[in-house]
Amino acid sequence: MTTASTNLPDQGAEFRDCPVTAFKVDLASEKLIIANAVAAVVCLLLGGIIALLIALTRWEAIGLISSPMWFYRLLTLHGIDMLVAWIVFFEVAGLYFGSTVMLNARMVAPKVGWFAFALMAVGGLMVNLVVLDGGSDVMFTAYVPMQAEPLFYLSYILFAVGALIAVILFFINVSTAKKEKKYEGSLPLVVFGLATAAILAVYTLLDGAVAFVPALLWSMDIIKDYDPAIYRNLFWGFGHPAQQVNLAAMVAIWYALAAITVGAKPVNEKLSRWAFVFYLFFINLGSAHHLLVDPAYSFLYKTANTSYAMYLAVLGSLIHAFSIPAAVEVAQRIKGFTRGAFDWLRNAPWKEPGFSGMFLSMAIFGWIGGVTGVTIGTEQINMVTHNTMRLPGHFHATVVGGTTLAFMALTYYLIPLIFRKELKFKKLASLQPYVFAAGMFLTSISMIISGIQGLPRRHWDISFSKAYVVLPHSFPGTVNISLMFMGIGALIAVTGGIMYMLIVLASVFTGPRVEASQLLLITGSNNPIVESLSVTEKEMEQPQAQPKGTFMIALAFLMFFMLYYFSNWWILGNTWNIR
Amino acid sequence: MLAPPKIWWRKLGKLERNWVAIAFVWCVILTIMMPLWFIYGKQNVPVTTYKTTPDEFLALTNAFVAEYQVDEIAGIPVVAPPAGDVYIYGRRWQWYPVLKLKVNTEYRVHLSSLDLLHGFSIQPVNLNFMAMPNYDYVITLTPTTVGEFAIVCNEYCMTGHHTMTGKIIVEE
Repeated sequence: MTTASTNLPDQGAEFRDCPVTAFKVDLASEKLIIANAVAAVVCLLLGGIIALLIALTRWEAIGLISSPMWFYRLLTLHGIDMLVAWIVFFEVAGLYFGSTVMLNARMVAPKVGWFAFALMAVGGLMVNLVVLDGGSDVMFTAYVPMQAEPLFYLSYILFAVGALIAVILFFINVSTAKKEKKYEGSLPLVVFGLATAAILAVYTLLDGAVAFVPALLWSMDIIKDYDPAIYRNLFWGFGHPAQQVNLAAMVAIWYALAAITVGAKPVNEKLSRWAFVFYLFFINLGSAHHLLVDPAYSFLYKTANTSYAMYLAVLGSLIHAFSIPAAVEVAQRIKGFTRGAFDWLRNAPWKEPGFSGMFLSMAIFGWIGGVTGVTIGTEQINMVTHNTMRLPGHFHATVVGGTTLAFMALTYYLIPLIFRKELKFKKLASLQPYVFAAGMFLTSISMIISGIQGLPRRHWDISFSKAYVVLPHSFPGTVNISLMFMGIGALIAVTGGIMYMLIVLASVFTGPRVEASQLLLITGSNNPIVESLSVTEKEMEQPQAQPKGTFMIALAFLMFFMLYYFSNWWILGNTWNIR
Repeated sequence: MLAPPKIWWRKLGKLERNWVAIAFVWCVILTIMMPLWFIYGKQNVPVTTYKTTPDEFLALTNAFVAEYQVDEIAGIPVVAPPAGDVYIYGRRWQWYPVLKLKVNTEYRVHLSSLDLLHGFSIQPVNLNFMAMPNYDYVITLTPTTVGEFAIVCNEYCMTGHHTMTGKIIVEE
């Protein structure tokens, strides 16, 4: 009885003490984090191989996949494996990490976690098999009235239900940790950001069910009609917020990486938390971005939604875009890098993959992804961008150059801390974020330039010469150049992807289990998080610690934003008159 | 990464305050650009939409073609309507019919699809709209340049998607 009651607070959970971070790690949680992270990487591998085939097909001079059917089939899988499977599996791993390890708390219901994992794994595997089997070449979006096999919709639903259970488990873990007094006061900012992602995910996944359950019934002939416009509205109520879940999770990871690599502390917790709250309230309105040139919606409906009610979600991002580099700058300045505006940046740990990964991810996400996203989501400008290559250009900058790169950078720290394996090929890891970022930079920029020339997305033959076309059209010859650069960018990015795979797989599957001995991988044996504990508010408020360099970078960013935004109004003003 | 101190709601620093103010002003500019363009701009997204069915829209288009056909290209009728209502549909995998329009003349282009979703993308002016079955989307359009323009489908519509094109000819 006595033993039972002493065990009661942790319900029999077994913990280990992490020697580096001093976190108490629940072993059951650790296993779940590992399983979800491994599943994520497998999906990334699959999606990455397909990415190469697709890019080399759209690079007109190569035209790798000679069967249009297989091109569209693989494009369908690429979207699902990357945009859904890789990212959601990794986010579940992140949610478990945030709700247990970072709070020194236990995984409340490991069995439920495994059940969620099984549902997601079965859903993910099934959708791959169903698509490869043929009859479901409908793209990730599966726009009704284009019909897929019933199993296609069923696998989406299974995956979404699994993810929803995992998200609910996150909330249970956090509230149990609070009840059991594992932490006091407010959640750490990173967990707060993950909680934002989790709340957005609940809405997203429920909306997914509302879109896909009728689609399943319709594909089984139980429902006769499914209105295409209503499906699009419901689908994007799932598809767009799903990317906002990524956004919130990625921003949380940026804060984490800044803390790990330079000991950055939020300059103002209040401001950073407000920025997450802006996401929570406004960002899902962005679903309407996809409906701007659809019939039937009014100007007011579209502008109120596409502007996230006065761009308040954009304001959230603009705040993070300032406050994260500012936190890095202040931390660096306190270390003594106070000369000029950018001494702190020059002396940043550029060889540390967590730092370079975070920095490059922020740069690509903000300067390319964010700027183009707000621009193409402007109601009238959408007429000259909708469904052109500018769209994949935008979201490859956000989801790949941004989110995926941030997730990759975090993985390098999870390997010693959670997998408890030594990171192999450290030099390669130091280089990898640069290679991947360069590749994705080139890919997304080239896609955007192709799109400005009118090139359609999801298209096997923009030369209109490989198959018989009654009324062929020729795009300007310059598209061949931008498509070539897109292909080269993809080759470089895939090289970065292979480096990542090599490092992760070699580290995880070879070598003995070892307790981590240090936090930083390459640039030192010190522990920036522990060091940051002794930094006082007073030190952070000193005049020489103020983030002046960040302020200048932020202003430069805004200038670039304005330039791109207004040049698009100019492009719009030069087309035919439309009303 | 770590839990904040008990009291973390501190006042913003000067640079932070300035940045939030600048960012907020930019958000307001982004917001008012849309209503401003709505009032003063010449390119606004059409909203007029009627309910229809594929059968009804096919009949409307056929009647329109019968009335105004002037020519034929590769078996597809070329239609030269006066200013006013124009009908065009997308179906796997063509845009029907070919339109011959006058420059600087306003047309009400009724756009719909007979089967799946299609993307109505006029090139190289790069104007893009969605064509949906059951929805008659009225695009009030004034061509301001002369020449031959292609309509490319930019919404995936299964195997032959990349062969789906159409044509708009704009004359003086």
